[in-house]
Amino acid sequence: MTVIEILDIGLAVLVLGVAAWTIAARELFAAAVGYVAYGLLLSLVWVRLFALDVALTEAAIGSGVTGVLLITAAMRLRGTDPPQASEQLRPMVRVAAATLCIAIAGVLAAGVLMMADPGPTLAPDVARHLGETGLGNPVTAVLMAFRAFDTMLEKVVLILAVIGVWSLAADDAWGSVAGPRPLAHHQGPLTFFAQLLPPVGIVVAVHIAWVGANEPGGAFQGGALLAAMAMIVLMARVVQAPAVDRRWLRVVLVAGPAMFLLIGMIGFAVAAGFLAYPDGIAKPLILFIEAFMVLSIAAVLPLLVIGPPNRPQAGPP
Amino acid sequence: MTAATLAGLTGAALVGLGVYGLLVLAHPLRKLLCFNLLGSGVFLMFGILARKGGAAGFAADPVPQALVITGIVVAFSATALAVALLLRLFETSGTVTLNPDEQRPE
Repeated sequence: MTVIEILDIGLAVLVLGVAAWTIAARELFAAAVGYVAYGLLLSLVWVRLFALDVALTEAAIGSGVTGVLLITAAMRLRGTDPPQASEQLRPMVRVAAATLCIAIAGVLAAGVLMMADPGPTLAPDVARHLGETGLGNPVTAVLMAFRAFDTMLEKVVLILAVIGVWSLAADDAWGSVAGPRPLAHHQGPLTFFAQLLPPVGIVVAVHIAWVGANEPGGAFQGGALLAAMAMIVLMARVVQAPAVDRRWLRVVLVAGPAMFLLIGMIGFAVAAGFLAYPDGIAKPLILFIEAFMVLSIAAVLPLLVIGPPNRPQAGPP
Repeated sequence: MTAATLAGLTGAALVGLGVYGLLVLAHPLRKLLCFNLLGSGVFLMFGILARKGGAAGFAADPVPQALVITGIVVAFSATALAVALLLRLFETSGTVTLNPDEQRPE
């Protein structure tokens, strides 16, 4: 057995161990923290599958942004765990559930072991048409050109989620600043990091979004990193979240999908159809759309994490 | 055993763990966490499909990779909406139980 195989097995054991721990953890808060560690370990598994774009997305969104969401929720729900005695399951039911889950995992594992190698693939098609997009990163080409429709609809899903979250605001809180009431105490280290990190983070985010055309990276990953910077300054109260009825905020939220849709429509007139790009200028058009998408993602993710406006509307600041 | 097969088996085990948590844990936030475990297991199994489809100079088929990226973002949207619903339930009823008999009437 080679060193890399031992590392692979160690990584798999760690991932499963941390996953099991997030289920078994006594404290809700600890379970949420465990989930962040789990996400980071999982992104290493994605690296081992040679899927660097997925690894970056898993680390940024699957672990990072989802982690902040779960940790803040766990803090606000402190004291609601453990549940009432009537909700505790009998040991027999637990054993039955465990048996069922082992069966599910077993069937899936058998499927994995029987999977054809090499399996069915669209990689040759992507390779054949990659040149037409002018991009060097095949995953970005799939996201922005070959399956652009999925990506555009996914941006719409993000906006629908924001509408869903905002619609949960209490009547008297509507129109006020997004997010919960501020914490009373002042957190020195957090404020320090909120002032130190964003200049570096913004440069790295723009870099990741820009190189995504040719190397691992792209609009999602760069946008998520920008969103992380926004979340740090919001959580440290260095900057106040915008009021949800601000017109500029709504323009930023829809900028990405709107520009995607607009250029997609122009495809009817100047190219093969909806979401088709004219020959020769596909790459600049894709980068143009991505720039707006980065902006929208950077606005959508923090708004989803901080939640609906939650305090009565005050006077002008 | 290759790294891809190992990752696929990890994904299968994660699906099992996620379903177990969804079934036996009562707290909605824990259920949500397990829902995410389950989802990432499914993504991982899809990921080995990408790895085994590596051809034409690509180490992994880019199409499943792109679908997984879209999936991660959509899963996050669903999680954020669920957390918002849960916090609103807690705000209005003071409890997070999903058991209708135990929810205090407004």
